[in-house]
Formats: sequence, structure tokens, C-alpha cells
Amino acid sequence: MGHQGRRDAIIVSVWTGPQPAAAETVIDPSRKRRLIDLSELWRYREVVFFLAWRDFKVRYRQTYLGVLWAMLQPLVAMSVFSVFFGRLVGVSSNGAPYPLFVLCGLVPWNFFSRAVGSMAGSLVNNQELVKRVYFPRLIIPMSAMATCVTDMIVGLALLFAAMLVFGSWPAPQVLFLPLFVLVMAASATGLGVALSAINVRFRDVGYLVPFSLQIVLFMTPVVYPGNLVPHFWRPIYSLNPMVGIVEAVRWSVLGTPADWVMISISTLSSLALLVAGLAIFSKSERAFPDLI
Amino acid sequence: MTNTVIQATNLSKAYRLGVVNNSFPTLRDALASGARRILHRKPDLGRRNGGDDQFWALRNVSFEVRAGEVLAVIGPNGAGKSTILKILAKIVEPTSGRATIRGRLGALLEVGTGFHAELTGRENIFLNGAILGMRRAEIRSKLDEIVDFSGVEPFLDTPVKRYSSGMYLRLAFAIAAHVDPDILVIDEILAVGDAAFQKKCIAKAESVAETGRTVLIASHQMSVLQRLCNRAILIDGGTILADGPTSDLVRNYLQTQEAHASTDLSTRTTRTGRGRLRVVGIEVFNKKGPLASGQPAVFRLQVDGPREAAQCLVTIIDDLGDPVTSFDTLEHSLHDRQGDVYTVDVKSLMLRPGRYRIDVALVADDRVVEDHVETAAVFDVMPGLLDDRPVTAQPGFGSVSFPHRWVVRR
Repeated sequence: MGHQGRRDAIIVSVWTGPQPAAAETVIDPSRKRRLIDLSELWRYREVVFFLAWRDFKVRYRQTYLGVLWAMLQPLVAMSVFSVFFGRLVGVSSNGAPYPLFVLCGLVPWNFFSRAVGSMAGSLVNNQELVKRVYFPRLIIPMSAMATCVTDMIVGLALLFAAMLVFGSWPAPQVLFLPLFVLVMAASATGLGVALSAINVRFRDVGYLVPFSLQIVLFMTPVVYPGNLVPHFWRPIYSLNPMVGIVEAVRWSVLGTPADWVMISISTLSSLALLVAGLAIFSKSERAFPDLI
Repeated sequence: MTNTVIQATNLSKAYRLGVVNNSFPTLRDALASGARRILHRKPDLGRRNGGDDQFWALRNVSFEVRAGEVLAVIGPNGAGKSTILKILAKIVEPTSGRATIRGRLGALLEVGTGFHAELTGRENIFLNGAILGMRRAEIRSKLDEIVDFSGVEPFLDTPVKRYSSGMYLRLAFAIAAHVDPDILVIDEILAVGDAAFQKKCIAKAESVAETGRTVLIASHQMSVLQRLCNRAILIDGGTILADGPTSDLVRNYLQTQEAHASTDLSTRTTRTGRGRLRVVGIEVFNKKGPLASGQPAVFRLQVDGPREAAQCLVTIIDDLGDPVTSFDTLEHSLHDRQGDVYTVDVKSLMLRPGRYRIDVALVADDRVVEDHVETAAVFDVMPGLLDDRPVTAQPGFGSVSFPHRWVVRR
């Protein structure tokens, strides 16, 4: 019988020699979960890169203006806000030219709101990946944020260019800017990662997020200075992490006065958000493929 | 043992039935049940009564795989095959139990996972390769080989959304075939594509096995499994029924499948599909005598459900599990399909003597599969005359015969 002979030939050719010592993986639902497994994330770092690169490539495909959109959006918003709030309403800008003042708030705010928005939808949008391959799921929201980083870099370049136009020069404390950007990334990560996990179970998140972000924009000193808020309310006001971050970015770039109590509260709230977000994520992570 | 690469102990997996039914819980449901709990101070009896709404996809499954083994995972649809593979691939977390895996494990559960339609073929090679666990340098060094294998070279810089489905599939498989893990887990991907492509896939799987790597394959194609695998595990109802040489288990499995077929189809539970329409009975007969090669035959399906148009598919499968041929209403653009008895009239049965089984499927006009029953019926074909020439059984040399003449000249 043809079949039988054929199979024996193949069995003979199967080699069962010693295996090289290799890493051992243990699958055990009762083992303790770490908040974040950095070594595993590091091993999969190229996936973060490729997913971010994919989103970036796809983003401006078949658009006429392409990457120019990243500049156009903050520029148009800056002009509109300058006309209405700067000219017509006459909002104080703590001594800086109002267009610079508002752009300096818009760049971090745009990063935050875009990062939170795209992270929140990331797991659901990539459900094919969640259901069919394994890599640390945290990679999906993280790569969603990575795409927003490029927009922020373009925005910052635009801000410094605008400063040259207005004839002002960054203060020396601009060296602290990366630190505040990190705090901002921490708060966006915490919130975005938590929302992405909740979105797997409750698709309501998809409706809740864009509309909440619009409201939070007015609870953040983007078009107005933070010291417009009465002293009594400032500690509560600063629980919004973006309050202190926008204030701190303005202090470092434009040299406007800063309220360090507000900045400290917001920083603590950012870190708390990061820890809480990662905890929510790692707690619900194992159920994603079953629920999505 | 030192060369055990997979050690699974008492793996179990439970799914909540509401989840399987794919109804998304909304925030309102959660808030409502939370409020109810506070108000009544007792559990919501309507929906969470103990373990009733749980479905155990796997129950206490233990097995061991040694380095270099090529293991077949056999079982009917819904037996738990995919769940085992998904647990080993870390995609799904088991409810309880433990598994230890030594070495890099690569899973091919569906080719083309993570492909993006807007990206070019070349870009997708890098993206998909990274998702499947390859390093960038590794992908770059294998790029030519992958492109060669796929045969899509002229379109490498075209977005894959402009690819034909065949090209898409070939590229996806080419990438997957070039991931070189220590342990390779394959789920039913051998069932896709045309015959030439399948041949390529099988050849690749054979070459992986020959290099001494460990392979786990779940498939319905028994002949492929018999060719590739030296050992098999048979799963049904979430537990392992047998573990042993592939040929024994395949025989065992096909026999149990046939036992299924003799039962009334209306009570069959091992079926998939939406279920509004169901095949409740099948008859295979010859009006003039026994079923035999070269004789007429009738396949009659009784369908139950709302009377509406559906497409019907009947596949005849030989004793090795390979499809021989199929009949479907799609090809014949049958206009009046709103009946509940579907009949296929065959003028001359061109099957060699032997035992065959039938898989049936009903597909609604919205393209949703209504009902799919494997081994819905079994029938035996007796030796007979085809075009006045005798046809005999030739195990291992195919199951089809044609009317033919021999001519010998000198």
C-alpha cells in the first residue's frame, strides 16, 4: 500500500537529537502577575516599532497634504483661539504673546487627547492580533501612543518656529521640557491603557472618550492661564494631570510664572494614573481573547 | 525526561456562555446588575446560577511532547483542538492547570494575521514577520527566500489590497513558513488555498519535521496527518480519548465518526452554524438495487426550518478523510430553492467500491452558514460495472474511476 510505505520513510527521517538549552515558558493561571514585565516588553520591542510604523505609514496614505496635516491642525486652532479668546475676549496670557501662549498649550493637549483617544480604541481595533497571536498586549496601546509622539515633535518644532517669528527666545529652563513630556506620557499611558482594557468589555468607552476629552479641554489651562482659577480651588483643579503639565511646559518654554503646588499635585496624579492604569490592564489582560 | 519540550498537566478552560454567544455586555448591564445586587443583597439568580452558563472547552487535559515529535491533534469540530493550541501559544489563558514549554514556540493559527491592506507586500513581510516573532535582521536575511516562495515578486511594492486572494494567501503563508521556531503549532491552515498551494504547504511542513523540530498539527485532513505525524492525540468533548500511533487513532476516529452518522441527524449536537435551517435527515440510495460503482444514485436531504432560499453543499469524503467530490446548488444556479427536500440525482456513480462519508452544509443567502454537519451519513459502494467494465477496490490508488478504454498497439 502506497500510503503506508511513504509514512514509514518520513518517520525514519525525523531526527530526535538533543535540543539546545532554551528558555522555558510556564503557563499557569495561578501564578502571580507583575504590574509590567519590562524584560518581555524589551524582547518584543520591534513589534512596537513595526505597529507604530504601520499606523504612521497608513495615516497619511492617499492624502494630498500628507504630514502637513500635523502642522496645519495646531496652526489653524492657534489662529482661531487667538482671534476669539486673545482679541475678542481678551484672556490674559501672563505676558507672553497670546498666539504663542495658546500654541504652547495646544501642543501638549493635542498629544494627550490624541494619545488617549487612539490608545482607548487600540485593542478593539487590533482584535485580530489579540485573538490570533501572542505578544505582550501592552504593546498594542503603546504603539498607538508612539504614533502620536511624531505629531508632538512636529508640534514642538512649530512652536519654536513661531517663537522665532514673534522674536522671543526659549528660556534656559527649556532643558526641563523632556522631563515634563515624560510626565505627560505617563499620564496618557495610564489613562489610555486603562480605557483600552475597559473598552474590550464595555464598548461604551468608544462614545465616552471623545466627548469627555472635549470637556476636559476646558478644565485644562489651554486657552486661559491656570492662575485664573481661584487659589481655593487650585488643588482640586490640579488633580487633572494636564493642568500642571501645561503650566510646566509654558514655564519651561515661554518662561511664564508657574505655580509649583499645582505642578506637584498634577505630577503625583499622573504617576498615580500610570500605576492604576497598568494595574487595571494587567488584571484584565488574560481575559482579552475571550471577551473581545 | 530531559527532552520533553511540552508538558501539559490538567489543562482546563471554561468559557462563559454569554461570551461565546458574542453579546457585548454594556456599561448599562453592569450598572444595572450592580444596582440590583445592592438593592436585593443577593446574587442575580436570573443569569448567574452557578456553573450552568459555563462551557468547558477543555477538561483536565494532560500530555507530553518530546523534542522532534510530529504530533497530530485529531477530533471533530468543537472538540477543543484549537483551544489546546491557543493555550500553548499563550493566546488564551487556561482556567486551571499548567503547561511548561521549552524553547521558542511559533503558532500559525491563521495566515495573514496582522496584514494591513494599505501596506505593500514588502512592508507587510516586515510587519507580519515581527508579529510572528522574527527579528528585523532575520526577516531581512530571509526576504529573498520569502519572496521567492510566494511568487509575488512583481507586486512586491503594490499595496496588498490590490492583490488577488491567491496572492495574498501565498505571501502570508510564505512569511509564516519562514518563521523558524523550535516548536511549531499549526491549526488547520493546510486546508486553505488551491491544490498546488496545499502541496507546497505540506512539503514545507514535512521539511520542518525533517530538521528535527517539534510540530503540533490540528487538521481534518486525515491523509495529511497520517503522512506527517508519527503520533496523535484524539480529543472529543474537551478530553483526550486516546494517545498513540497516528494510523491507529485515525482509524479509531473515522469509526466513531461513522457511528455518529447512523444516529438521527435531527438530534445531532456536533454541528456548527446559525441553526435556523438544519439538515435533519439524509438518504443515499439506488432505486434499482444496491449502491454500486457505475450505477445510478440519489442523495436526498431533508431540511427543517423556515422555508427560505438557501444554498446546499454536499461533500463526499473517502476513508482516508480526503474529499473526493462535492455537489452544490451554487454551481447550478438553481432558481427555485425554497423547498425542504434537496435531491441530487447521479446518473452513474463514479466511485470505486469502498466506504464513504458525507459532510453537508446549508448556507443562507446572506452568506451565513446555517448548518454544517461533518460525517452526516456513511455509505458503502459495492463493486459494479462502469461503462460495461468492472470496477474494483484499489486501496491507496484513489477512489474515483472514469469510463475508459485501454488500447495497446504494437
